[in-house]
Amino acid sequence: MKLFVSSAPHITGKDSSRSIMLDVIIAMVPAIIASGVIFGLRAVALTAVTAAACVIFEWLWNKAMKKEQTIGDLSAVVTGILLAFNMPSTMPFWMAVVGAAFAILLVKQLFGGIGYNFANPAITARIILATSFAGAMTNFVYPATTCDAIASATPLAANAAGAFAEGGAPYLTLFLGTHGGVLGETSALALLIGFAYLLIKKVISPAIPVTYVATVAVLAVVFGQDPLFHVLGGGLLLGAIFMATDYVTSPYTLKGKIVFGIGLGLITMMIRVFGTMAEGVSYAILLMNLFVPYINQLTRQKPLGAPKKVKEAK
Amino acid sequence: MEKKNNKLSLITNGFLKENPVLKLVLGTCPTLAVTSSAFNGFGMGVAATFVLICSNVVISALRKTIPDKVRIPAFITVIAGFVTIVQMLVKAFLPALDTALGVFLPLIVVNCVILGRAEAFASKNPVFDSALDGVGMGLGFTLTLTLMGIFREALGAGSVFGFAVPFFSANPIGFFTSAAGGFFTFGLFMALAVKLEIAQMPKDGCGAGCIGCKMACANAKNEGGNA
Repeated sequence: MKLFVSSAPHITGKDSSRSIMLDVIIAMVPAIIASGVIFGLRAVALTAVTAAACVIFEWLWNKAMKKEQTIGDLSAVVTGILLAFNMPSTMPFWMAVVGAAFAILLVKQLFGGIGYNFANPAITARIILATSFAGAMTNFVYPATTCDAIASATPLAANAAGAFAEGGAPYLTLFLGTHGGVLGETSALALLIGFAYLLIKKVISPAIPVTYVATVAVLAVVFGQDPLFHVLGGGLLLGAIFMATDYVTSPYTLKGKIVFGIGLGLITMMIRVFGTMAEGVSYAILLMNLFVPYINQLTRQKPLGAPKKVKEAK
Repeated sequence: MEKKNNKLSLITNGFLKENPVLKLVLGTCPTLAVTSSAFNGFGMGVAATFVLICSNVVISALRKTIPDKVRIPAFITVIAGFVTIVQMLVKAFLPALDTALGVFLPLIVVNCVILGRAEAFASKNPVFDSALDGVGMGLGFTLTLTLMGIFREALGAGSVFGFAVPFFSANPIGFFTSAAGGFFTFGLFMALAVKLEIAQMPKDGCGAGCIGCKMACANAKNEGGNA
């Protein structure tokens, strides 16, 4: 028997980056299937291309920099799938590969690789792609059964144009996701199945998604809009469940997570209601990612039994 | 600086070791603003180089006459004179460049590279050395801006100096010509400069690289910020 001398903690769990990332991938499978059903096989192919591209870029970077190979932790696969979830199914493959390069090389590896990236790689790459290829990134189509494909606006864009002013929004369509949009965002049902899996496996805490969605719903009521529509109609669930809960770029403590979620909701609704863009989830997540170090510092847990800070006399 | 036999190094310092933009981090404002195309970057570099050489020479010549307390206003006056000359020339002969550079042409007056070299070098060194320093720094500035312009224009607009680049001309990655892409390119070039310098360094230590660090600190203290 081998004995090790090491510093605390001495009790170790079986969790590793790899097992956690594998759980996240499993949780995303319903949404991948849903995108395949809704948008056709090209959606699945696009997901495979971005995931493969992310892994290859990570492998190449580690190879070129003579660093330890990290593709085994599967985090690049997660980034790739999330990035594909942020693209419409018509996205040219080469643009998807450019996006993967931005996500892995620029956002993740230049800052030190897994655990050191200051922002979510997938969301940042999505924003870069959106500013670079505005046309391709908003080329939403909904393939119908009777014809090849019909161009279709996202529900949020349609709402901004006043399409649902009378008669209310079609909730069932929104819930099942049979409407235009990026791959991962349309089917609320598939995303919620994934969310349930992540909660059961205790991979993520519900604090961020719940406060985020609740803030958006409350603000929608405050602004006199349909709260359920705002929750189901855009990328909110995708962002709240899979992107905002990224360990590296979200606060550690419960208090911090709640602050983070409320901030996300505020920025999202500000952009949706007052901004020129129909959707604000990606910018909200990027902006709040930048605040995470400060949130962590301000919401640090006090050690049990530590003496109270005495206020300095003036 | 230390010895007279280093006349050549006065010029070559500006390329990499004390590159004004990438190492001293001076003049970042025009760097980020005008490098969205190669021609604009080159034009800005040449205009700034002209002003830099002329102002270095004049300020060096007047270095014993200018009272220490009012040296900055005096430097600015000299620089502003040359900027006005450049502005008039560009307006007359290159109206396209004048439109492209816009407000950044008159803003050469407060360009930190020029003021920084006036303060850190020309006011303490003889005329000929100051002229050489102006040439070196100006070339470094022009080289950096042109390269950044080529990089950003090639990827972001699909052309270099207006000539189409295959593939990218049909599919430009607009990010690179945007402001965020400017910062990104700037960061990449800075990292590249550090990498190149580390590769050049002698094995026994950081060699002459420290002078660059000291200069940057001194400039930062004196100017209190970058335009």
